[in-house]
Amino acid sequence: MTGDNEIVVSVRDLHTWFELRRWGIVRVGNVRAVDGISFDLKRGESVAFVGESGCGKSTLARTLLGLHIPTSGKVFFEGINMQELDRKGLLDYRARVGFVQQDPYGALPPFMDVRRILREPLIIHGVGDRKEQESRIRESMEDVRLSPPEEFLHKFPHMLSGGQQQRVVIARALMLKPSMIIADEPVSMLDASVRVEILNLLRNIQKTRQLTLAFITHDLSTVRYFAERVFVMYAGRIVEKSTVDNLLEHPAHPYTRALLDALPDPDPENAARMRELPSGEPPSLIDPPSGCRFHPRCPHAIKGLCEVDIPPDFEPGEGHTAACWLHRQ
Amino acid sequence: MPETLTDTLLRVEGLKLHYRTRNGVVRAVDDVSFDIRRNEAVVVLGESGCGKSSLAKALLRIPPRNTQECSGKVWLNGTDIMGMNEEKFRKEVRWSEISMVMQAAMNALNPVVRVGEQVAEPLCLHRGWSSERALKHAAGIFSLVGIPNDFMRRYPFELSGGMRQRAVLAMALVTEPSLVILDEPTSALDVLTQANIMNVLKRIKREMGTSFILITHDVSTSSEIADRVALMYAGQLVEFSNADDFFRNPAHPYSRLLMASVPRLRQVIRPEHIPGQPPSMLSVPEGCRFADRCPSRFERCVKNPDLLKINGDREVRCWLYEKGLKS
Ligand SMILES: Nc1ncnc2c1ncn2[C@@H]1O[C@H](COP(=O)(O)OP(=O)(O)OP(=O)(O)O)[C@@H](O)[C@H]1O
Ligand SMILES: Nc1ncnc2c1ncn2[C@@H]1O[C@H](COP(=O)(O)OP(=O)(O)OP(=O)(O)O)[C@@H](O)[C@H]1O
Ligand SMILES: [Mg+2]
Ligand SMILES: [Mg+2]
Repeated sequence: MTGDNEIVVSVRDLHTWFELRRWGIVRVGNVRAVDGISFDLKRGESVAFVGESGCGKSTLARTLLGLHIPTSGKVFFEGINMQELDRKGLLDYRARVGFVQQDPYGALPPFMDVRRILREPLIIHGVGDRKEQESRIRESMEDVRLSPPEEFLHKFPHMLSGGQQQRVVIARALMLKPSMIIADEPVSMLDASVRVEILNLLRNIQKTRQLTLAFITHDLSTVRYFAERVFVMYAGRIVEKSTVDNLLEHPAHPYTRALLDALPDPDPENAARMRELPSGEPPSLIDPPSGCRFHPRCPHAIKGLCEVDIPPDFEPGEGHTAACWLHRQ
Repeated sequence: MPETLTDTLLRVEGLKLHYRTRNGVVRAVDDVSFDIRRNEAVVVLGESGCGKSSLAKALLRIPPRNTQECSGKVWLNGTDIMGMNEEKFRKEVRWSEISMVMQAAMNALNPVVRVGEQVAEPLCLHRGWSSERALKHAAGIFSLVGIPNDFMRRYPFELSGGMRQRAVLAMALVTEPSLVILDEPTSALDVLTQANIMNVLKRIKREMGTSFILITHDVSTSSEIADRVALMYAGQLVEFSNADDFFRNPAHPYSRLLMASVPRLRQVIRPEHIPGQPPSMLSVPEGCRFADRCPSRFERCVKNPDLLKINGDREVRCWLYEKGLKS
């Protein structure tokens, strides 16, 4: 398999549940953070995952990285079932898949300075001598615009601004020149200009090295420029998959439409009015709503159908799926 | 007194916060002056590391340990609050008059204390109220920020990110301060929760008459509440304008480039990043701090301009606006 359509990651009916216990012993249920997700990622493509807080995006990312063991379902990386990897296999896998963790502050060890943080992956994977390590460190710091490196090499995480911390996390993910990057809200703490710059950077590396990029984001206004496809998640599931343009022009799922409506453009008129939002809170993942999980908040819910039957993926267009009864053929 | 003076809630003059580091002094806030009116939302924008959080820390007088200098004048309702001794400031200003939601505060809630108690705590601490009375008062604030009252008995981990952010907001509002400083209150949240929080802020502003300093790098979200916009660059203000003018007709060359870097959902304009980088905060240049990256740079820029008044109520730190050059 080569060329444009080579599938790098294949996820089939993935479930990652967390057991919920009271007082540490009594089992009271499961948090179904990832609850029946399937998709493929192709070599060299960039896919954005969007969805409300708590819908399971990070859990999905961490499961793909082998940091959570799936409750059921399978993850294949380059055709190999991840659950069958031994310790060495998993270590190799982690070297090939870069991870940009959400919450940069929590991701950085407080007692290491920037130089040490960036050297760490090189040490763990035995890459280069000290001199080569140093030049790689500086190179990736320049990549993420932490320059001049001298100003930051000796700093500890608490001496960096939020955005600077985030760039250290990105630099660390690039240290081993991975073939895939999973980035969990990689630019959430950055201002517009640096955000565009870093996304351009990730985008360029992705294109020149045929890197697969899966990034989690809340910012639908940038996906147009930095992703080929968008997957919209709601309550542990993917409810819509589409090419970017299609999703922005013709959002099919009512939840996707609500997300788009909630996103402001910089317009002084915004301050004068309240924004219309879907009522209610995201559902419990312990006891999710029956049928379509969005039905309690959905303005278009069809009585007798949406609260009863789980909608399968319908195809409102080519390469476009939506798990919504409004699109049944 | 002219109306504009009685209208002023906070007046800041020559505020500085400099840090001592191994490589020298970081001038994170370097001579910042501005004012905030009653019931006004001032948005502080600026790129990462330009000193926004430091500005807030200086205003609340909570400089970190390696502070070299924290100085300047700040008046709240005409009272000098920088000159006050710490004891008095803690009793009469911090929390009771000026409160703050720190960057990433929602992750800093105490995991073993019920959120209701945490939100009520400032009342016990700063007003000496009984916890019963404080909790009762806090319940009202919970409704205001949109948290169901039975959530007061929950622990932070039992709340979603959006609910936790509302809880820290409630904590900042519970003493009914006249000014609330919010440091990136929505940047870690998804768009629906973000929009929800902005709706809550709009309501509070209307119903409680609170003033806000909203620190953010999210230009689009800031337009949901901004009355005026203060743009920082390398530790200084470079533009201070009313929101209409700032968003529609930014004046400073940096403001214009910044607006061009903001992606828009409803228009296809490829966002452009601003080439180059801000100067090192360890050795800021003599001249205009933005000159290196400025497409309109000219000879004058070897000196750093002051904030110049334009069109009555706007202020711009740029030689282009010197008398006669541009209006
Ligand atoms: N280790 C864990 N144990 C128990 N529950 C967990 C664990 N990790 C996550 N959860 C729960 O699983 C759900 C999904 O969490 P996850 O972090 O994946 O969401 P998310 O989509 O990344 O949200 P955000 O946008 O806020 O980062 C949440 O309800 C969360 O509380
Ligand atoms: N305790 C400290 N010691 C030394 N330098 C510091 C300290 N705290 C912050 N700085 C530096 O001061 C500058 C301003 O930091 P600040 O946190 O105010 O930025 P910010 O505008 O809030 O950025 P962000 O948007 O990324 O949060 C940065 O260059 C930062 O590295
Ligand atoms: Mg997450
Ligand atoms: Mg900050």
